Amino acid sequence: MFDDLRDLYQEVIFDHNRNPRNFRVMKNPDREVEGFNPLCGDRLTLFLKFQGGEISDVSFQGSGCAISTASVSLMTEIVKGKTENEAEELFQQFHAMTTGKDDQIDLEAIGKLAVLAGVREYPARVKCATLAWHTLDAALKNEEKSISTE
Amino acid sequence: MTTFPIEKIREDFPILKEKIGNNPLVYLDNAATCQKPQAVIDSISHLYMHEYANVHRGVHTLSVKATDRYEGAREKVKNFINATSTKEIIFVKGTTEAINLIAQSFGKTNIKAGDEILITAMEHHSNIVPWQILCKETGAVLKVAPINLQGELIFAEFEHLISDKTKLVSVVHMSNALGTINPVKAIIAAAKAKNIAVLLDGAQAIPHISVDVQALDCDFYAFSGHKLYAPSGIGVLYGKQALLEAMPPYQSGGDMIRKVTFEATEYNGLPYKFEAGTPSIADVVGLGAAIDYLTAIGMDNIAAYEAELLDYATEKAKGIAALKIIGEAKDKGAILSFVLDKIHPHDIGTMLDSLGIAVRAGHHCAMPVMDFFEVPATARASFAIYNSKQEIDVLMNGIEQLIEVFG
Ligand SMILES: Cc1ncc(COP(=O)(O)O)c(C=O)c1O
Repeated sequence: MFDDLRDLYQEVIFDHNRNPRNFRVMKNPDREVEGFNPLCGDRLTLFLKFQGGEISDVSFQGSGCAISTASVSLMTEIVKGKTENEAEELFQQFHAMTTGKDDQIDLEAIGKLAVLAGVREYPARVKCATLAWHTLDAALKNEEKSISTE
Repeated sequence: MTTFPIEKIREDFPILKEKIGNNPLVYLDNAATCQKPQAVIDSISHLYMHEYANVHRGVHTLSVKATDRYEGAREKVKNFINATSTKEIIFVKGTTEAINLIAQSFGKTNIKAGDEILITAMEHHSNIVPWQILCKETGAVLKVAPINLQGELIFAEFEHLISDKTKLVSVVHMSNALGTINPVKAIIAAAKAKNIAVLLDGAQAIPHISVDVQALDCDFYAFSGHKLYAPSGIGVLYGKQALLEAMPPYQSGGDMIRKVTFEATEYNGLPYKFEAGTPSIADVVGLGAAIDYLTAIGMDNIAAYEAELLDYATEKAKGIAALKIIGEAKDKGAILSFVLDKIHPHDIGTMLDSLGIAVRAGHHCAMPVMDFFEVPATARASFAIYNSKQEIDVLMNGIEQLIEVFG
């Protein structure tokens, strides 16, 4: 059963869904942004701290589906220690991957995030995976307090 | 009751032969929209192939035929809900437009600053937002009667909220998010005692329950064709004739006028006053065919069969430890809304889809209901006349499998 779904629900995704990384409230964050997907009601709050031009700490709170939880969990792992520009670059890469623009992807940079590539076959689920990154993007641009995928 | 002809009915719906991937389709998203029987599909192609022209306009043969079909469907709707006259049957796009029509036409003329509009906590967004807009425009106040943890209206609170300022009660007949069937007779009686107009949102009730607007004594009743095995893009607003007569037009243009000069316009009579422009002719004809189809089966037979399906599904669902049913009203239609421990409804939706099972995962356009039950969303299986117990087994088996996979 569910054989067709192996590309979407990889074991890494189940793992991050069961045990999300950096899942905590941060005291005195430099930035705190809320992301919301009105389609499914997913909500997340992203916390960031910066030091010496790098993201020194990142954490999140919220509830969502397995795809969105795994996506934000993986994101917090990969962007820690990155500069803002590097994080922005990863966002572009992730975006290209989930919208099927393979030629623009640097597989090495993307690393573990590649487990989320399967969502591009599920148009209804792409937003679940990208919510985390849109929220990070807004936090880095320091645009708004709250963003929505719609 | 003789046994329900489920096999025959399934044969009538061509889409049920579709496969989703390698699996037979198990369509359980009927509360969103339901599938169409061959009779409805045929009625539309027959019209376009043999009898199509604009209605109420021409003296030529086809226009007369098309008008006959169109007005014939109005007669069928009138009989289906037992209205007194076809003048009380207004064709609109759907429930949403019907409610907006009432808000803009009845609302703007009858509701003023300080007046109150009373709804319940289980309304669909389409029975919330038009009133919020009207309240903003007029200075009226929106009151919301609460529900309990079973998803039932707390009737005493509802009665308590009826005041001398209440000008309209607008209540869902059957909730799309919970399945709850509201005690509409008691609601209407309580409102009538104070001379308050009542609008019922019948979008969900109409395919499941036999509706008699005279017996109910509601002032307005709204429903959509697409949830009644008819095409999308067509719906009905029923209104008592005296009230409709007194209301100003909602939109203006062709068909809704009797006489136009550049100085003044005399409006057409009912129901045309509210039907500006060329209507969705073929969809109206399709709605008539759907009503014929359902009438032949019998609404009471349908209600009895669906009650059996819901009981079966509820019992099976209760056997799954990780499953929690959202909405356990005593009086309930064929909707099973549920959540699973630690598994998001969106994941449930995708997983079941891979087995060919179509359910809805989301807030069902009833975000306040989700907030009340403190869930971001639910998964919802909603049943129709063509669903079988065997399909419910497939659903429950799928749920058990996905719980295992998520483990
Ligand atoms: C209870 C209820 N009211 C109103 C509506 C709106 O119906 P429509 O989208 O056909 O206008 C729906 C449909 O989702 C509904 O379930």
